[in-house]
Amino acid sequence: MKPSLFDYCSPTSVGEVVAALVADPGAMILAGGQSLVPAMNLRLASPTRLIDLKNVADLADIQVDNGVIKIGAMVRHRDLELNDEVYAANPLIRKMMRFVAHVPIRNCGTVVGSLCHADAAAEMPLLLVLTGGTVTAVGPDGSRDIAAKDFFQFHMTTSRAPDEMIVRANIPVLADGAGYAFHEFARRQGDYAIAAAGATVSLDGDNRVTRARVGACGVASTPVLLEAVEQAITGAQLSQSTIADAAEKAKDAVTAPDDMHASTGYRKHLLAGLVRRVLGEAGQRAAGGAIK
Amino acid sequence: MSTRMFGAPVKRNADSKFLKGEGAFVDDIPLPGVKHAAFVRSPFARAHIKSIDTSAAAAHPGVLAVYTCDNIGPLDIEMPLLIPHESMTDARTQRPLARNDVYYVGQTVAMVVAVDRYVAEDAALLIEVDYEPLDVELDLEAAVRDGAPLVHATHPNNVAADFNQICGDPSAGYAEAEHVTRIQIQVDRSTSAAMECRAVAARFDPITGELIVWDTTQAPISVRGGLASILQLDEDKVRVVAPDVGGGFGQKVLLFYPDELLVPYAAMQLGSPVKYIEDRRENFIGSSQERTQIHMIQLHAKKNGEVVALKDFFLHDTGAFIPYGIAVAQVASTSIAGPYRIPNIEVRFQAVYTPTVPVTPYRGCGRPQSCFAIERAMDQLAEDLGLDRFEVRRRNLITENQFPYVREGLLFADGLRVSLDSGQYHKALDMVHDSIGADDFPAQQEAARAEGKYLGLGLAYYVEGTGLGPYEGGHIKIHPITGKVYVNTGLSGQGQGHETVFAQIVADQLGVAVEDVILTEGDTGAYDWGVATFASRAAVVSGNAIYKTARIVRGQTITAAANMLEADPEQIELRDGAAWIIGGNRNVPLAAVATATNPLRYAFNDAAQAATQFAPASRHDGPPLDEGQHPGLEATDYYSPECATWAYGVHGAIVEVDPDTCSVKIRKYVCIHDCGNMINPVIVDGQVMGGLAQGFGGALMERIEYDADGNPTNANFVDFLIPYATEIPDVDIQHLETPSPLNPLGVKGVGEAGCIAVGATVASGVADALSSLGGHKFHHTPITPSMIFDAINPS
Ligand SMILES: Cc1cc2nc3c(=O)[nH]c(=O)nc-3n(C[C@H](O)[C@H](O)[C@H](O)COP(=O)(O)OP(=O)(O)OC[C@H]3O[C@@H](n4cnc5c(N)ncnc54)[C@H](O)[C@@H]3O)c2cc1C
Repeated sequence: MKPSLFDYCSPTSVGEVVAALVADPGAMILAGGQSLVPAMNLRLASPTRLIDLKNVADLADIQVDNGVIKIGAMVRHRDLELNDEVYAANPLIRKMMRFVAHVPIRNCGTVVGSLCHADAAAEMPLLLVLTGGTVTAVGPDGSRDIAAKDFFQFHMTTSRAPDEMIVRANIPVLADGAGYAFHEFARRQGDYAIAAAGATVSLDGDNRVTRARVGACGVASTPVLLEAVEQAITGAQLSQSTIADAAEKAKDAVTAPDDMHASTGYRKHLLAGLVRRVLGEAGQRAAGGAIK
Repeated sequence: MSTRMFGAPVKRNADSKFLKGEGAFVDDIPLPGVKHAAFVRSPFARAHIKSIDTSAAAAHPGVLAVYTCDNIGPLDIEMPLLIPHESMTDARTQRPLARNDVYYVGQTVAMVVAVDRYVAEDAALLIEVDYEPLDVELDLEAAVRDGAPLVHATHPNNVAADFNQICGDPSAGYAEAEHVTRIQIQVDRSTSAAMECRAVAARFDPITGELIVWDTTQAPISVRGGLASILQLDEDKVRVVAPDVGGGFGQKVLLFYPDELLVPYAAMQLGSPVKYIEDRRENFIGSSQERTQIHMIQLHAKKNGEVVALKDFFLHDTGAFIPYGIAVAQVASTSIAGPYRIPNIEVRFQAVYTPTVPVTPYRGCGRPQSCFAIERAMDQLAEDLGLDRFEVRRRNLITENQFPYVREGLLFADGLRVSLDSGQYHKALDMVHDSIGADDFPAQQEAARAEGKYLGLGLAYYVEGTGLGPYEGGHIKIHPITGKVYVNTGLSGQGQGHETVFAQIVADQLGVAVEDVILTEGDTGAYDWGVATFASRAAVVSGNAIYKTARIVRGQTITAAANMLEADPEQIELRDGAAWIIGGNRNVPLAAVATATNPLRYAFNDAAQAATQFAPASRHDGPPLDEGQHPGLEATDYYSPECATWAYGVHGAIVEVDPDTCSVKIRKYVCIHDCGNMINPVIVDGQVMGGLAQGFGGALMERIEYDADGNPTNANFVDFLIPYATEIPDVDIQHLETPSPLNPLGVKGVGEAGCIAVGATVASGVADALSSLGGHKFHHTPITPSMIFDAINPS
């Protein structure tokens, strides 16, 4: 378990990072190294050069600005998780981050690294999809924002061009009065999800759903929005039975084949159960009391 | 009198060095100029090797040597069959480097030695092996059918061994029975996953001709013997050291792994130290594993639940080779009747070759499987007869006045008959019944179900033959300068706490502090008689050997001290590091006694000065050392058990199954356990808890997965799920102490105990929890969420 030979550089600016990417198509960016280094040791990844972000200025900033939480490329999971301003702006983030690996890994791993790694079962990609966030990419031709739904293409594949660097993720704050929830099942605490579901729900005075976002990870080749579930509850009065009916609609979103940890049949059943839980809990938060 | 150390909860005296990172494991041994080995391993489960081209690797900068079967001289052999047995013919063992054929993914084909491990791995990738893949069958039941692809052409139906044992008169039992319960159970393959993978380093000194090998082995003396014979060296010129070792669990008792021969050989060939540090993936695909068995068990019973006969047939997966013989299957077969009287037993197994990593004992060694078979069958019998699960067991348990309880006809893994020596089986069952709250449970279960919660009570009993022979030795010497006591034994530790428990035994006999007893084990340079660490035997076999030795040294010390103090031996007591006149102040420190018993010419230290204050240590005429007398306070003795001593225990659990996530939560877990007299309850608890943790892994998570082509698909810690601390429930461990009548200390082994009954207990609980949701029996571990889903949502 030793990596093959590679070069290493640690530029100090985004421009230099991009130049290094352009100069060497075999190069890879190193952020916290929590996914890349094990992959290198297993020789699943053999970059010709590592471009270490650790000395690039200003990448570790978190800003809450104009309804958007901006998370720089070197913000560690743990920093985002513990940031109180972020918690106030969108408490769903802290809720989900507790499920990302374990504290020592969250101390090193970065949120943007996790987005770029794009594991289909990972929480941060789901967060971006669920909140309708974006990432900001910088390449030789300048910068562009990529919407979550366009960014994640497949398990461990994004629409980032090979010569682009992601400089930050942008996550909207939680809508006023919205309820939120997240539930996950993994066989061991801190493992990637077998399935996870998150929801944000806004209600009117009658407990009628005015806006719902429901998403899942671990169930398909990318994190997905459960649009059928959203449609089923939007406009409906939230009740245990509307929730249960809507949750059943989540099952069709499961396209992951049987694997050693879960059969497809089980995953569908699991996801429906998780969706029931998140809708109930998000609804309760929005309503300020239990959903009957 | 000082307080007795035997039985005291003494803190483990090696912990601080480990906690501070000061342990010295094989990879920590400083070896200037050391070269590193890496292997080319088979990517096919079964294939012919058409050709191997090593030229590019040999030419790679930094490479010192590339080995294949063609240039390893005396090592191009089939490695030893360690435990021959009549049930096997032409037992197949592995070659250090494959010749012509490979038999599992991971089998070693070539070895590269280079300046560092990076270069060695780069070069290994340059070796081109041309394989012709062959058909394989991974399914154990399919592998024994006619026409299944063969692992070894020599073995039709892939049967490596076929063995039938009979106790009593099974036919009479079958005839007498009024009911038969039949079930089929399966336990899947796992691996011990020690924190430290295996490692070997070697250095050959051309001047002294000495070969030193540092090895993570549990059997350094045996490794030395084998190495000396295969490399044709004088045994005294080979020293094998097992330094600190991060866990063994049986995987490290197999000899030889290819690297254990090839690394010393390369060190001799290259004139430079060489080491090989196994990585985690290699551990998964190259170091032995255990567990898969499929049992078809029948309990023939009377209507009152009394089992009059047991019939079991099982398939045992032995992997591609069978170097350890039938040990695992034999332990399983002879433990099959558990703690029950069952007078008539017919148990047969077939050990089956599969194109997978070879199988040798892993903590539990066949017992988790046989416990799972008998205990799940007992639950089924209770259900069939409408009896309570505790009651059906109560009616079959061996009673206290029936010990020793001999199962004539069953030969245990030591080749000796099964004779359960002592126990309080009924009391243990009552304890678990009360502690788990069995009387109140049905009402709780009912109330929970009304709230949509599924609680179940799990129960399983086990026995464990421990402390197998043939023998171990103890060597003790009181140091003349420091008065500290040096102890050796031949087996080796992998973190169990030998240095603490053996010190406790000695401390009591010699009246010294536990910290002043220093154990050196696992180094053939220090002591070289003995066998190995396996079968929960260290405390029983080495413990009693050390105890007997300590008694001798105690006698020597008292005699010498009585002479020095001009008193009768009966007037002497040993305490606080000195020999005292009982009831008085006069004493002589042990260092002075040890010095005085070693006739000196030069009084170079305080102990020697002190010794001169006293009368001579020996009252004889003539030369300083009498005929037959040896200098110092020192002795060696041995303990050789007449047969295994049987520990036992019973587990109870309250589990909750969440029907949404199909997951299992252990709400409460009670372990009643009896290993005879406990030398140190802290260490016993640690051993039991560690075993329980491995048991929970096996019950709910751990399974080595192979695809249909024989590729391991979870050979890593991402997908092979070892429970984290977060997945291990609190366990209420309670002890009984029924002394073994078989040995002076009255002890039984404890190393493997914890893991044995967990699978059966958890399955029993899950089945009970879901009895109202389809009634699936859970006769297969690990119990995965998908399995639970299938059980409650039959398609
Ligand atoms: C034991 C363990 C358990 C884990 N469990 C979980 C879990 O439960 N959930 C979960 O989500 N994750 C889990 N992880 C993964 C961990 O969260 C990710 O490793 C981490 O978040 C990725 O970030 P990093 O900074 O370490 O990225 P790195 O490993 O440094 O990089 C990951 C990938 O992203 C690329 N990259 C990084 N930054 C950029 C950038 N700015 N622009 C372009 N490309 C970039 C790299 O080139 C590389 O391909 C686990 C990891 C371990 C070791």
